[in-house]
Amino acid sequence: MNAAAVFKTGDRVKVHVHNPPHHVRTPAYVQGRSGIIERYCGAFANPEQLANGDHGMPAIHLYRVRFSQPDLWQIAEPGAINDSVDVEIFEHWLQACDERK
Amino acid sequence: MKENNHHDHDHDHSPPPDEAGAPGDIQFLEMAMRQLLIEKGVIDANEIRATIEAIDAVTPALGARVVARAWCDPEFKRRLLADGTAACLELGIDIRPTRLVVVENSEQVHNVIVCTLCSCYPRLLLGLPPDWYKSAEYRSRVVKQPRSVLQEFGTTIPDSVAVRVHDSTADMRYLVLPLRPPGTKKFSEEELAALITRDSMIGVTRASAASDG
Repeated sequence: MNAAAVFKTGDRVKVHVHNPPHHVRTPAYVQGRSGIIERYCGAFANPEQLANGDHGMPAIHLYRVRFSQPDLWQIAEPGAINDSVDVEIFEHWLQACDERK
Repeated sequence: MKENNHHDHDHDHSPPPDEAGAPGDIQFLEMAMRQLLIEKGVIDANEIRATIEAIDAVTPALGARVVARAWCDPEFKRRLLADGTAACLELGIDIRPTRLVVVENSEQVHNVIVCTLCSCYPRLLLGLPPDWYKSAEYRSRVVKQPRSVLQEFGTTIPDSVAVRVHDSTADMRYLVLPLRPPGTKKFSEEELAALITRDSMIGVTRASAASDG
C-alpha cells in the first residue's frame, strides 16, 4: 500500500461507474450510488490484478460502505425505510461526495 | 401382495446419478492441473483427498460454539464483534487468514448475509454453503427485497426492525450473531449451541426458540 486511507467512518462516498473488460469486485447495483463508510477493513491485494495472474500489489484500501435501501432502489419494499446494504468496496472505486443520491 | 409392500423404509433404490453432461472447460482444466501437480510431485492424491475430507468435516456446530460463547460471555462478545478472527482463535478455532466480521442482531436490527458476485461464505465456521445460498435467485433478490426473501424462509421482520444485508464482495467473511431466544436463561453453553442453526447464522432465520427444542 502506498498511502494512508483516504476515507474514514462516517464519510459519504460515491461509487464510480466503470465497466472494464476484466474481473471486478464492485457490483453493478452500487455503481453511481452514494453511501456512508461503515468501517475501514484494511488493505488487500487488488482483485482486478489477481484475477489476471498478477500479484495485485500495491495493496488497496478496502472499506465497508452502507447504502440505504430506499436510496438504492427506486421502489423499496414496504417497511424498508431504515433498511440497508453493506458492501465492501476498494478505494479506487470511491470518490468523496456531499449529496445523498 | 404387491412386490414392494415391504418397502416402508426410506433408502433410495437407485444410486444418485452422476452429474449430467460431459465435463466442461473448467473441469478439464482442474483435472489437467491436478494431474500435473501430482506428476511433478508438488502434491499427492492423498493430500487432495485429506483436504476434501477436512473441508467436509466443518459443520455449523463450529459457528454455533462461537455464538453460544458470545451469548454467555459479554466480554468475549465484545472481542468477537471487534475482531471475529482473533476471538475465534481464543476458542481454538483458527480461521486465519480469513477476516471474519460478526454482525449482531438486536431488537432494532436484523442482519442477513449474501455474496452477490459469487458464493463467499464463512466456510471455516459453517462448512459448505447450502445450494440456495449459491443460487442466482437468492443472490439477486436478497439485496433488493430482503424482507420478502426472509418471509419466504418463514421469517417475518416487523417494520420497527431495520434489515441490514451484508454483501461479501471482497476480503471479509460474515457471521450473524443471532438474538438469544427468550426462556434460555438457565441453559448451559452446550444447550444454547443446540438452538443455533446454520440458517440463523446466515441470517435467514432466528435462533430456534427454546420451546421448539
